Amino acid sequence: MGNEDHTQGRRAMPGAPVVHLFFQAEASAVRRALETAMAVLRDLPLAADRVGAVEIVLAEVLNNVVEHAYAERGQGLVELEVLREATALSFRIGDDGREMPQGMVPPGAAHDLDVRDSDLPEGGFGWFLIHELTEDLVYRRLGPRNVLTFRIAIGGDPAGR
Amino acid sequence: MELSYEDTGELRVITVQEDRIDAAVAIQFKDRMREMTETAPPRLLLDLSRVSFLDSSGLGAVVAAFKQAGPERRLELAGLTPTVEKVFKLTRMDSVFTIHAAVGDVTGLVANAS
Repeated sequence: MGNEDHTQGRRAMPGAPVVHLFFQAEASAVRRALETAMAVLRDLPLAADRVGAVEIVLAEVLNNVVEHAYAERGQGLVELEVLREATALSFRIGDDGREMPQGMVPPGAAHDLDVRDSDLPEGGFGWFLIHELTEDLVYRRLGPRNVLTFRIAIGGDPAGR
Repeated sequence: MELSYEDTGELRVITVQEDRIDAAVAIQFKDRMREMTETAPPRLLLDLSRVSFLDSSGLGAVVAAFKQAGPERRLELAGLTPTVEKVFKLTRMDSVFTIHAAVGDVTGLVANAS
């Protein structure tokens, strides 16, 4: 039975679910979902520094789904799940859009900023920020579905990131 | 996307009257900044003290505004809130911009100098 599998799957995942949202891959719906998720996570409670990191990462990941995975189709559903673990928040974002290029998480290298002002980069910061602020970043293509999972530590971070 | 400005001699302070500069408003922000910088005096200060959140699209739009303004005008920043500052630091864009803690740090100096 699907329901039983679902329940067992849940039990098998470590941590307690704190957020589970489905929403349209469209700018204003994404913004509302982000507001909802952040309101719940702020109440956990989380250090202000961690709240900022989570909000940056979620905004970047969700924008990528809208602007890339669903770019051609123009619409689709996004699933966002957050689990609370002992020392981290664990995130899972799913969509039914286009596969990531080469079937992998884009690398997101740091930009060379030692250039003329007119050559400064205006984009390409998104994946760099995601890599910098997350741990255990994994992308999987499961049939027609993209699933991105990662963790953000909620303990003290000596690097202050 | 609401922006407002006030001129003090050679300085124009542009204040972002919104709490977010994200993908949803980045293009509007860039367009409004273009309007506000075209006729501006040579020194521009962008007051971000009301902006609690900026994503990579918002950062790109601020960089675009910086490039639109130069080289004859210089766009400086003031009042970065913690999450906005985090994005500038992680991407090292804090090394490209002149960043002031508060608008008052600059306008105070301008007032004293005149």
